[in-house]
Amino acid sequence: MLKTEAIDVKRIRGDFPILKRKVHGKRLVYLDNAATTQKPQSVIDALVRFYSDYNSNVHRSVHTLGEEATAAYEGSREKVAKFVGGSAKGLVFVRGTTEATNLVRFAWGDRNVKKGDLLVSTLMEHHSNIVPWQLLAKSKGASLKFVGLQPDGTLDMGSFEDLLKESPRLVAVTHCSNVLGTINDVAAICSKAKKAGAVTLVDGAQSVPHMPVDIGGVGADFYAFSGHKMLGPTGIGALLARKSTLEEMEPFHGGGEMIKEVFPDHATWNEVPYKFEAGTVNIADAIGLGAAVDYLSAIGMDKVRKHEVLLLQYALETLSKVKGFHAYGPEDLRKRGGVISFNMADVHPHDLATILDEEGIAIRSGHHCAQLLMRWLDVAATSRASFQVYNSYDDIDALKGGLEKAGAIFKL
Amino acid sequence: MSSADIYREIILDYYRNPRNFGKLAKFDIQSRDTNPLCGDEIEMQVKVGEGQKIEEIKFTGKGCAISQASASMLTELAKGKELGWVKELSKEDVFKMLGNPDLGPSRVKCALLGMKVLKTGVYGYLGANYEAADGSEG
Repeated sequence: MLKTEAIDVKRIRGDFPILKRKVHGKRLVYLDNAATTQKPQSVIDALVRFYSDYNSNVHRSVHTLGEEATAAYEGSREKVAKFVGGSAKGLVFVRGTTEATNLVRFAWGDRNVKKGDLLVSTLMEHHSNIVPWQLLAKSKGASLKFVGLQPDGTLDMGSFEDLLKESPRLVAVTHCSNVLGTINDVAAICSKAKKAGAVTLVDGAQSVPHMPVDIGGVGADFYAFSGHKMLGPTGIGALLARKSTLEEMEPFHGGGEMIKEVFPDHATWNEVPYKFEAGTVNIADAIGLGAAVDYLSAIGMDKVRKHEVLLLQYALETLSKVKGFHAYGPEDLRKRGGVISFNMADVHPHDLATILDEEGIAIRSGHHCAQLLMRWLDVAATSRASFQVYNSYDDIDALKGGLEKAGAIFKL
Repeated sequence: MSSADIYREIILDYYRNPRNFGKLAKFDIQSRDTNPLCGDEIEMQVKVGEGQKIEEIKFTGKGCAISQASASMLTELAKGKELGWVKELSKEDVFKMLGNPDLGPSRVKCALLGMKVLKTGVYGYLGANYEAADGSEG
């Protein structure tokens, strides 16, 4: 079936030119969306239009092209901020979630973290929400501790509360796990962390592309996500914070655009968010991200979420019939994003991905940049299928066929 | 590339029943490496006997069928050979040992991890540096 109760996938697929291509002579079944998503024609057109119609630098050119480029770039900032319930003044365009966490590490961490302080992350984090804090802790003589997990793949709130008693400076947590799919109650986490005096950072890389997100409701000091995982271009993402928070921070990169005045011995800073956007920014991709937000908004994020829950339910039912199949992550679909990490008996995920590729099926295999979580699961690697608006039941049926073929080759 | 061609009976057999799997009580060479792409790990230990020959060799590791079978088959091939043989060993030799499967560029590294580990260990033992072939040119 090419539609769910929420989304007419047949119509959607027509918007994505890449889905017309064949891989090894088979229809491309793209299930690697947690790594990066495909791009609709409207996003590709926005990039082409920028470069062919009004390519110019922003903010400093008074000619027509410069004004058009500035209007489009700032218009995109407004759109992206509104998409997650934030304000444009509090949105810094970054390369992606990784640059956002590193920005916070330097621009907030340098001034606010001291020797002996505690930073808190969780065992289910992507390396981009672990390694910057390791580096920060090391440079400051602070320590980094991790919230543990429950057997069902949700956060162990007991261990979180225990860590809060040690008055951490920072709590950095993902909104939705890129491996288990676990959707964390980040509003409750941020509220408790705030009461304990901690600054909070939420990694929204796997939530913003898949469900309605209101950062006001989340209540984090910092909220970050990547454009390329939400149908937008690579190399663009957003860090959102309160304007006052950004104003209190040191700059990240020094250079053009982020300054107000420069003297031989010092400089003063531009207003936020420009203070954090040194050099010529990624204008085209920021505009492309705006087009991606338009595309998702036209569908409606509530429908995107409903669609993915329906696919998730169908996939877990269908795939669990395959011999040797074992899925990780919460069984309660209300607590789970459209991600299924799994293993097939003793078939290594890399071998599985090779066999599936031959069928035109793209999944991810490996540690998913979450080695702490792999160790907690006691596996070297998993395979992962993840959904987007252009996936439907036929993709899951194709995956089932591919897994059965792998099972036959490995004589399971 | 055909997966039925890559995952022949013999590869699956070495994957599930790896020969020379384990650790040596006494060894002269120890070497370990990982393939960060898929998390394959291989560690090899070698006991060097008279005439610079590989008297005993064992490996441990975890990872995909190709990496583990390749490492295991390589230990069988290497046993009794002189260390100079290891220096001469080429990627093509490893591919031939595996039955020349048509591996894509992303899987070549899996096949060559065992060779990389053995060469790194032997070169180190001989006091030389092994510029590891990353296999990207496949």
